[in-house]
Amino acid sequence: MSSLFSKQNKEIFSTPLGPNNPITIQVLGICSALAVTSKMEPAIVMGLSVAIITAFSNFVVSLIRKTIPNRIRIIVQLVVVATLVTIVSEILKAVAYDVSVQLSVYVGLIITNCILMGRLEAFAMSHAPWESFLDGLGNGIGYAKILIIVAFFRELLGSGTLLDFRIIPQAFYNMGYINNGLMLMPPMALIIIACIIWFQRSRNKDLQEK
Amino acid sequence: MEHLLSLFVRSIFVDNMIFAFFLGMCSYIAVSKNVKTAFGLGIAVTFVLVITLPVNYLLQTKILAADALVPGVDLSFLSFILFIAVIAGIVQLVEMVIERYSPSLYASLGIFLPLIAVNCAIMGGSLFMQQRINLDPSNTQAISSLADAFAYALGSGIGWLLAIVGLAAIREKMAYSDVPAPLRGIGITFITVGLMAIAFMCFSGLKL
Repeated sequence: MSSLFSKQNKEIFSTPLGPNNPITIQVLGICSALAVTSKMEPAIVMGLSVAIITAFSNFVVSLIRKTIPNRIRIIVQLVVVATLVTIVSEILKAVAYDVSVQLSVYVGLIITNCILMGRLEAFAMSHAPWESFLDGLGNGIGYAKILIIVAFFRELLGSGTLLDFRIIPQAFYNMGYINNGLMLMPPMALIIIACIIWFQRSRNKDLQEK
Repeated sequence: MEHLLSLFVRSIFVDNMIFAFFLGMCSYIAVSKNVKTAFGLGIAVTFVLVITLPVNYLLQTKILAADALVPGVDLSFLSFILFIAVIAGIVQLVEMVIERYSPSLYASLGIFLPLIAVNCAIMGGSLFMQQRINLDPSNTQAISSLADAFAYALGSGIGWLLAIVGLAAIREKMAYSDVPAPLRGIGITFITVGLMAIAFMCFSGLKL
């Protein structure tokens, strides 16, 4: 069992968290990253759902990778992913109905999230199940991390709250502080992600494009 | 007729797939380096949307909706799987038909066609359609007939085409500018899209 947590496996899990982040470096799966981040709560739920679905779809596809005919592999992968997304969506409706209403179509859109297809094609089709599971989990958590950072700034600056707790005290408002309503609008999500990319790349010069 | 027109115009400008919902963002960022390929991808997306959305509309109303196929049975939990299967199947079919009858179009669309199966804009269109079916018919966003579904698909596709060609044109010009090193590539592209989206927000007050 010691090989399950070998150094190599830890690396598979940890690189997507930082130096090879799916959103800021590989630029995958940004559709939903932008749309669900105006508040912390939906962002956390969305990040968790994606992490779970990436991990298990990677695992399942890796298990059956030797029996999938090459020509129809995209359809097989889509069916595996769609099944998992349906399960997660039904669970969300049952357990956290309010959040699932806020996420609306974006839960269904996890099916076409590029991170999933990207990891399935690039990793799960050529690696053993346990490594694929870790890779999926790592990428899902890397994705969730960016979602939560973006949602943190948007909720704090846009509505002055975090997870619906008031952070900016009433005294500030009395002194004339006004919430930045633009932060809640979709375009600001793009600009915040651009700032994260900027920050990350100015600290790590290897990532810069020529 | 009025309803069709308003649905069409709204889906281009107000409910723009890119600027209002960020759908199809991955290929939008990746394939907007020059205008010609961007235009090709835009046409392909529009084409596939126009075919898949009405098909999924029929699927939703005739089979999946409550009491549609068997009285008392609501199959809508199957919608994700069926929609994506229809999209993947139709993309495959369209690819084969275009290859057979118009090799020149096939060559210009190239690898974009198979990739469209996993473009969020296509799946997103079908999921929004599913949400809007049950709206009151007087609502400007309601999709209550096959013609509505068609108008919505065409409008969304054209909106997507407009957005990607616009970004590609800006990026072509931007190739000559001196961008700070850490922002080069995707960084500045994100900021550009953000500014374009802010510009598009001025349409949101449009009453139709």
